[in-house]
Amino acid sequence: MEPIVLTYQVDGEDFSAAGEASSSVKKTLKQLGFSPDVIRRVAIAMYEGEINMVIHADGGEARVEITQSTICIILADKGPGIKDINLAMQEGYSTAPEEVRNLGFGAGMGLPNIKKYSDELKIDTELGVGTTLTILINT
Amino acid sequence: MEYFHSVTLDAKRCRGCITCVKRCPTEAIRVKNGKATIIKERCIDCGECIRVCPHRAKKAVFDKLSLLDEFEYNVSLPAPALYGQFNNLDNVDYILNGLLDIGFDDVFEVARAAELVSECTRKIMNEPNQPKPIISTACPAIVRLIRVRFPKLIPHLLGVKAPVEIAASIARIEAEKKTGLPTEKIGVFFISPCPAKVTAMHQPLGTDDTDVSGVLAISDVYKPLLAAMNKIQQPKPLSECGLTGISWGYTGGEATALLRTRYLAADGMENVIKILEEIEDDKLLDVDFVELGACVSGCVGGCLNIENPYIARTRVRQLRKYMPVSSNRMKDFDLPAEDYFWHKPIEYDPVMQLDQDLQKAMMKMQEIQRIEKELPGIDCSACGSPSCHAFAVDVVEGTAKFSDCLIVLKNRLKDIME
Repeated sequence: MEPIVLTYQVDGEDFSAAGEASSSVKKTLKQLGFSPDVIRRVAIAMYEGEINMVIHADGGEARVEITQSTICIILADKGPGIKDINLAMQEGYSTAPEEVRNLGFGAGMGLPNIKKYSDELKIDTELGVGTTLTILINT
Repeated sequence: MEYFHSVTLDAKRCRGCITCVKRCPTEAIRVKNGKATIIKERCIDCGECIRVCPHRAKKAVFDKLSLLDEFEYNVSLPAPALYGQFNNLDNVDYILNGLLDIGFDDVFEVARAAELVSECTRKIMNEPNQPKPIISTACPAIVRLIRVRFPKLIPHLLGVKAPVEIAASIARIEAEKKTGLPTEKIGVFFISPCPAKVTAMHQPLGTDDTDVSGVLAISDVYKPLLAAMNKIQQPKPLSECGLTGISWGYTGGEATALLRTRYLAADGMENVIKILEEIEDDKLLDVDFVELGACVSGCVGGCLNIENPYIARTRVRQLRKYMPVSSNRMKDFDLPAEDYFWHKPIEYDPVMQLDQDLQKAMMKMQEIQRIEKELPGIDCSACGSPSCHAFAVDVVEGTAKFSDCLIVLKNRLKDIME
């Protein structure tokens, strides 16, 4: 069976809209009847990725491919790219600007959380070109 | 399973507008053949459709005062919200005496039981290994919402019975003692601000039985009660509740009674759903207790009240200043401790799920996506479904026809004309 595909444009201008895509994915997964645990992991991993795209990359594209056995989340942006992936994967390390931290974001938990809640995480990044996260969650 | 609901439709008044369809938090309403119909398994009895209907076609179901005739001895359980319905009232005793004058033999204030629930909750919160946050179970519409939409949050439910249930049990025990009558001859009636409590009595969650004999509407009792209150010269002192109890009438009352600061209190379906989503995604880690109410302002906002919720709330708050903090303790009542708690687990009712079988559900979803692509996406609801997406689901489920979409029909017509 072909996977079910959901696509979203994540708007980088509007912080208040961040999280809409993950919320919509959650609704779809509930309609399909995935387990609450899977839904929660997808929602958290995708939310963190979505927020990252808003903070660092002025938005981007989110694509979710759903099959019976896996849920694959692809988050692609045309942002500045990640300079040092090892550093970025450390809990508490953040390059988010001051004003974003004042909003309670940018605590340096984004990528570590995505890794924690997913089964596989692939990061393709190139400085000045953009970043694509491929997050795999087994159901 | 049979579903009882406390909402009915006055078909003569319903014009098939889509106001209720759009506002229903569980997408439980469709307009079919020009009339609003409820998908029974989805309705959570929040009363939103009753509140928003511009033609007053949605009606709440409740019992009538005449039901008292079927019992030998009747006890009234006034909700805290009732106290906010009267102008220039500085003493709750006028209301309680008035209830005796319109046919009740005794009163037991639900606010008293609310203080007991607060005490019980404080004890639970002090126990180790509680899920965080604990979610209040006082509003039946919220419990029903969680049951159909937020399965992961079921373990967070407090599981203490709502104050009205505790009040009914205590009032019944006391009436049996006082009169020596068998329990079936004693009527115990809730004076309710909301229809969700009617459903909670007919179809309780977390328990099999109820000590409530009937649920009367504040709006229905109001006229005879006001007339009786106006005749009272010097009311007998009957009120035995503190400000903790009556504060339960509005949002924040239950949460502040826990004497902790790490709480959140929210009301109105839209806000409540957002908060539940936050908890579901582990985004709300800094609170221990969450109080949620379906109605704006809490119980004073229930659709069976007379007064505007904000006015009622202000009045209840003003009544508080003549009251002690709390006047009721669990040890003062004969109700066994285990009767404060639910004794039946709440089970997830996946009414939004497309199919029990994942593969079938996925095939349906693909079909839904295919149909949705052909729809205009303007969510006009002229088809009778709340959105284009919901309409696509209805088509796949066989409860709507693709040609019910007016825009699709118009475009087809245009093609033929050209």
